Amino acid sequence: MPMLEVKDIHKSYCKVEILKGVSFAMEKEQTKVIIGPSGTGKSTLLRCINQLSPPDKGEVWLDGEEITSRKTDINVVREKIGFVFQEFNLFTHLTALRNVSIGLEKVKKIEKEAARKRAMEELQRVGLEKQAEQYPAQLSGGQKQRVGIARALAMDPDIILFDEPTSALDPELIGDVLDVMKSLAGKVAMLVVTHEMGFARNVADEIIFMEGGVIVEQGPPKEMFTNAKTQRAREFLGRIGALYGGD
Amino acid sequence: MALETLIESLPQLFNGLAVTLGLTALAIILGTILGILLATGRSYGARPLAYLILIYEKILRGIPLLVLFFLIYFGLSQIGINFDAFTSAVIGLGLRSAAYQAQIYRGSINSIPVGQINAAFSLGMSKLKAIRYVILPQMLRLSIPGWSNEFTILLKDTSLAFGIGVIELMRQGRYIQIRDPDLVLPVFLLIAVIYFILVFTANKTLRYVEKKYQMAGLQAEAQR
Amino acid sequence: MTDFYQFFLQSLPNLLNGLGNTFLLTFVAITVGFFIGLFLALGRVYGTKAINLFCLGYIEIIRGTPLLVQLFIIYFGLPSVGILFTPLQAALLGLAINSGAYQAEYLRGSIQSIESGQMTAARSLGMSKLQSIQHVILPQALRVSIPAWSNEFIYLLQYSSIAYLITVSELTAEGKFIAAHTFRYLEIFAIIAIIYLVLTIISTEIIDRIAKRLSIPGIGAAKGVGLRDV
Repeated sequence: MPMLEVKDIHKSYCKVEILKGVSFAMEKEQTKVIIGPSGTGKSTLLRCINQLSPPDKGEVWLDGEEITSRKTDINVVREKIGFVFQEFNLFTHLTALRNVSIGLEKVKKIEKEAARKRAMEELQRVGLEKQAEQYPAQLSGGQKQRVGIARALAMDPDIILFDEPTSALDPELIGDVLDVMKSLAGKVAMLVVTHEMGFARNVADEIIFMEGGVIVEQGPPKEMFTNAKTQRAREFLGRIGALYGGD
Repeated sequence: MALETLIESLPQLFNGLAVTLGLTALAIILGTILGILLATGRSYGARPLAYLILIYEKILRGIPLLVLFFLIYFGLSQIGINFDAFTSAVIGLGLRSAAYQAQIYRGSINSIPVGQINAAFSLGMSKLKAIRYVILPQMLRLSIPGWSNEFTILLKDTSLAFGIGVIELMRQGRYIQIRDPDLVLPVFLLIAVIYFILVFTANKTLRYVEKKYQMAGLQAEAQR
Repeated sequence: MTDFYQFFLQSLPNLLNGLGNTFLLTFVAITVGFFIGLFLALGRVYGTKAINLFCLGYIEIIRGTPLLVQLFIIYFGLPSVGILFTPLQAALLGLAINSGAYQAEYLRGSIQSIESGQMTAARSLGMSKLQSIQHVILPQALRVSIPAWSNEFIYLLQYSSIAYLITVSELTAEGKFIAAHTFRYLEIFAIIAIIYLVLTIISTEIIDRIAKRLSIPGIGAAKGVGLRDV
């Protein structure tokens, strides 16, 4: 049974239907990348999965439990789903270290010393131990995003959702974040919405191409990039692939 | 000589000053705690609650403080609820301050980016935890300028407790005037100076606090 | 209920008397206060160092002390140096002086928020400093000030009740008078509270309408910033 199952998700905003029936599944420690034109509901899909924006119709199953049901305590579920935001959303009033440790202290109720120790380990993992006592306003965009990833990792999630993690970064800072993400491949499940084709091609186990609120095609990167089955996927991947290039 | 008798009156004035400070301290505490509850209730509570709070705010900001004092001190005793003058004044000042502070806090809450609460939720924090650990710390820091302003207003408004017989600074001044009519101008000028020093000190202190707790990079200008 | 209604009708003449004085206090204070405030604001923005300091001193002292102290000094204190005012005169003077200081700060903020390019353009057309202020700066600054000005109106409406404490027969004083005679404190002050509330709501509405009539696209009014910010 797959770890994550998304079944026929529908979502509308202001009478406009954004997601028109999306279904797919993911296994443990898999990396899947969602690509497609802007505004086709990719970010919305991610937010439906961790219920930041609950879907209008459809189900999401995590580890055999239906998390979209009314009976589920969504806060407990969210401990198992990490989320990395395009705008970072680091807690402005906390240092980098505390940003990473606060989930452990207040949600997982881990004792303060142990929590901060674990937080420091995660910061080391993303290469930011030296910035532990700095505030988000003092960090560069790339550093902020890496703290965001550390914050998500510290919760030991089953899966991390990445919502265009590098779109708000200056080009020279993108590499550092992508390197961290690459290091996670195979260790924790990742569902990534991005335009970074190099990452998609080299790190993803599977690529999902979305357009118009539905999944048009999905498959392993090698196939999708060289021999996609649908016309539209071929067009998009060809054009975007040339633009954003390999790494 | 007028100066000597003025100096003799100083202990009396200091008594009044103590009462003034007592009123201010108690009322600001009441106003702050209630104000925070009202603001979070209106921003994050259910619709009916938010509406009730709105009505509370409109009423408390729409009637004069003196009338509020009379209602609490005289009016309530008519239906059996007896508060002494000092308590009535604290309640009146506190309830009114809460309404004004709630406005300040809501302004601060609205200037916190929505991404902050989204991040809190995605870590698995409940609404209550998110408010307590992410929103409130930021809201309080952003509110310091507005709160300082409200504090000095409250300090000055304690003078109205005179109207229901509380023996604070103004009332002591009046006693001194009645006893020694020659002292009327000096004593009230002195009282003015005392208030001025209090307000000035409070402002300087709070501005120092504001600088100290400013979140790196976040503009606390929101409330000016 | 009819007993309450009767009580209300009996009190009405006195209340209306008091209301008249309340209006008098409010309107005179805000108008005179406006001119005082304008003078102070212009003095602070365009005046010489001496004028600036004088205006600053006035503003800081008035804003740093309670209104009641100012009224007591005028009504009780000044007679001892030979200046006598009736309660009403003292209240009008005190409220006007007080309001002037607060209006000065907001007007100053509005004037300074008009970008300097406006003044430069006016001068380069050959206007004198005075003409530029009159024809270019003030028309804009005054519009920007309207929200805070409406706050000040509400503020004065409520604080006119302080005049009761120097024996002026405005609305609150009439209420106290009626209550002292009938012992019906709760009813009369509830009525008075409602009157103030209604007046507050109505005046906010009216001022908003006037603001809309006078508004010019592009001249942003700073919403929600009060005059009473120290």
